[in-house]
Amino acid sequence: MGKIKMALKRFSDPKLAEALLTDIAKKSRQIDPIRIMEVCGTHTMEIGRLGLRPLLPGNIQLISGPGCPVCVTPGAIIDTAAQLALQPNVTILTFGDMIRVPGGQTSLQKSMAGGGRVRIVTSPLQGNALAEKNPAMRYVFIAVGFETTIPVVARSLTIALEKGQDNLFFILAHRLVPPVLDALIADPELKVHAFMLPGHVSAVIGEKAYQPLIDAGLPSAITGFEPLDILLGIHAIVDMKARGETALKNMYPRAVKPDGNPMALALIGAVFEPIDAALRGIGVISSAGLKFRNAFSAFDAATTFGLDIAQDKMPVGCSCGSVLRGLITPDRCPLFDKQCSPETPVGPCMVSSEGSCAAYYRFERR
Amino acid sequence: MSNSAISISHGSGKELLALLNEIIHPILTLSHSGPHEDAAVFLPPPGRLGFTTDAFVVNPLEFPGGDIGKLAVCGTVNDLACMGAMPLQLAVALVLEEGLKVDVLKRILTSLRNAADACGITIGCGDTKVVERGRADGIYITTSGIGTVRDGINLSSGNAAVGDSVIVSGDIGRHGVAIMASRGNLGFTSQVVSDCAALNNLIDALLDAVPETKTIRDATRGGVAAVLNEIGLDSGVTFKVRNCDIPVADATQGACDYLGMEPIQVANEGRFVAVVPESKAALAVKTLNNLELGKEARIIGTAHQAGRFPLLMETDIGGTRPVEVPPGQLLPRIC
Repeated sequence: MGKIKMALKRFSDPKLAEALLTDIAKKSRQIDPIRIMEVCGTHTMEIGRLGLRPLLPGNIQLISGPGCPVCVTPGAIIDTAAQLALQPNVTILTFGDMIRVPGGQTSLQKSMAGGGRVRIVTSPLQGNALAEKNPAMRYVFIAVGFETTIPVVARSLTIALEKGQDNLFFILAHRLVPPVLDALIADPELKVHAFMLPGHVSAVIGEKAYQPLIDAGLPSAITGFEPLDILLGIHAIVDMKARGETALKNMYPRAVKPDGNPMALALIGAVFEPIDAALRGIGVISSAGLKFRNAFSAFDAATTFGLDIAQDKMPVGCSCGSVLRGLITPDRCPLFDKQCSPETPVGPCMVSSEGSCAAYYRFERR
Repeated sequence: MSNSAISISHGSGKELLALLNEIIHPILTLSHSGPHEDAAVFLPPPGRLGFTTDAFVVNPLEFPGGDIGKLAVCGTVNDLACMGAMPLQLAVALVLEEGLKVDVLKRILTSLRNAADACGITIGCGDTKVVERGRADGIYITTSGIGTVRDGINLSSGNAAVGDSVIVSGDIGRHGVAIMASRGNLGFTSQVVSDCAALNNLIDALLDAVPETKTIRDATRGGVAAVLNEIGLDSGVTFKVRNCDIPVADATQGACDYLGMEPIQVANEGRFVAVVPESKAALAVKTLNNLELGKEARIIGTAHQAGRFPLLMETDIGGTRPVEVPPGQLLPRIC
C-alpha cells in the first residue's frame, strides 16, 4: 500500500474513532446543549455518509449551513445560462452538479434536452484548452464555488489574458465564506454556539479570516474531511466548551496554514474584487460576491452577451432558504420527501451533490 | 470484401453475403457448408432450461479489460449462470452502423468468439443488420442464451432469509470506473481495468460446494447496491453490510473518491453477490478463494428483519446509514 494511502487509512481507524466518540460523550456531560453549525456542504454529506448524527450524545446538535455553492447560486443565473446555451456558437461549460439544479424556470439539463449546448468540465482550465482548440465556438463557463474553487478560476482567467483568448467567457457566481459567516452570526434567528469550518476553503484563506467568530464568542474548529478529521473537529469544540475557552482551533494542520495560501489569495486579488451579492434563498449579503477587475472585464459574459439576470424567486413551499440559514432541518420543509425528492427536486438543496436536503434524504431518514 | 468500412449496402444482397462469408462467419465459426437454414435445431439435454437475453450498447466499444464483443458473451453467460444454468447455446444479433471500420468489427467479433470458447458456449445462430450513419453508434449487439439448469438448484432473488450471509465474489466497482476513464471523464489516467469476465465456472464451483445457496446475482448496472436493494425487497429482508469488509482496489477507490461516487454503486461485469445460509458462508468463501476469479471473495454482511430500507451500511466509525439504488444518469451506456 502506498505511503499516502497508509497515512490516510489512520483517519478511518475504527478504534481511534471509538476513542474520540467516547471522549466526546464524556465531555458532553460537562456542557449545556450545544448547536454546532457545519458550514460546508461536503461536511454535511460526509457526516451523513458516516451515519454520525445518531452516534453523538443528545445534547450535541449538528446544524447544516449555507456552504453548498451550487445551492446558493441564484436560480436566475441557471435560467440565463440555460437560455444562452441555445444561442448559435455558444457552449456552456459547467461543473457536473449544476446540470440538474432547477433554476427559477428551467435547468441546464432541460436546455440540453431542447438542443442547448452544455458541456461538463472538472476544471475551468479545460475551458482554456477548448477555447484554443475551437476558435469558432464561444465558451461560457459558469463560475460557482467558494474560495476552494476561486483560485483556479482566477488562474484560468490569467491564462486567457496571457493567450489573448477572445472566445472564453465567465458567468461569475462565486461567493465568499467570511462575509456569509458575518451575516450568519448577525442573524438574530440563528442560535448557534460554535462553527465547524470548511477545511479546504481554510486552506486558501487561512485562520485570520475567522477572527469575527472569536470576537462574537463562538469557539470554532477548522475541520478536514476524513472520518477522524470530522470527529477531531467536534471534539475540539466540545473540549473548548467544557473548559470555557473561546478560540479558533486548526484541526486540519496538514492542509491549512495560518496564512492560508498566499499565492492563491494574490491570484484572486489580481483578478477579482468583492461585491454585494445574493445567496439563493437567503438574500443579499454585503461583499459576499466577486466582480472582475477592469483588466479582465472582457471575459465577463454578462456584458458580452447583454445578460439580464432577473430577481430570484424561490418555488412556493420550498424552504431551502431556512435550511441554508440553519433555521430548520430539511425534514421540516413541507415538501421534503413528498413533492421534493432527488428524482423530482423542487429546490437546489435537494439535487446538489452537497445539498443539505439531498444529504438528509439519502442518509438521515430513519 | 475490399472495403475498410461498413457501408449501407452491406445490409443486403451480394454485399451482405460477402460480409457474412468473408468476415463474420469465419470469425464466429458458423459453418455454412451445408444448406442455409433459418434456425438452429438441437436436442437439449434433459432437465430444465434457462433462457435469457441482453442488449449491449456500451460506449466506447473498446475499453481497458474488454470490449463490446466480450461483454456480449459474458453478460448473457453470467445471467444464465446466476440461475444455475450452465451455458449451451448463444444467439448473436449485430446492428452495424455505416462507417464502422472493418478492423474494429473483426477485433470485436474475435473477442466475442474467444469469450464464447472460454466459457464453452456454442454460437448457434445470428443475424446482421446495417443501419445508416448516426443510427447505431458503431455497433449494437444483442445476445440471447440458453443453458441447462442444474438439478436440485432453485436460485431466486426471493429466497433470502433473516440470518443469511452476503458474499461478494471479488473487488468491486472496476467496470464503471474503467468505462469513465476510457471516456476521458476522469481528467487523469487511471490504472483501473474492467472486471469483465464469465462467471459460470466460479458459480459452478460454488454450487458444487454449497447447493444450499439462496440466490446469486451479477452486480451490473447500479453495482452491488442495486442488487442488494432488489434482493432485500424481493425477499422481505434488510441487508446490513460492513464498509470495511467490502473489497475495493486502491485505484478504484481513488477514482471513486475523486468523482464523488461510491464503489458499492458502481457497475461490475465480472462480479456476483451470493446469499448463502450463515453456516455455509465460510465454506462458500473458501471455495471461491481457491479460484483465480474468486480470490478476493468475502463475506460482507448479513440479512436482518426488514426495516425501512432494504440495504444499510455500517460505516468505518460504527454508524449506520441507508445505501440506495443510485440515480440512473450516474453512468449511461455502461453495458
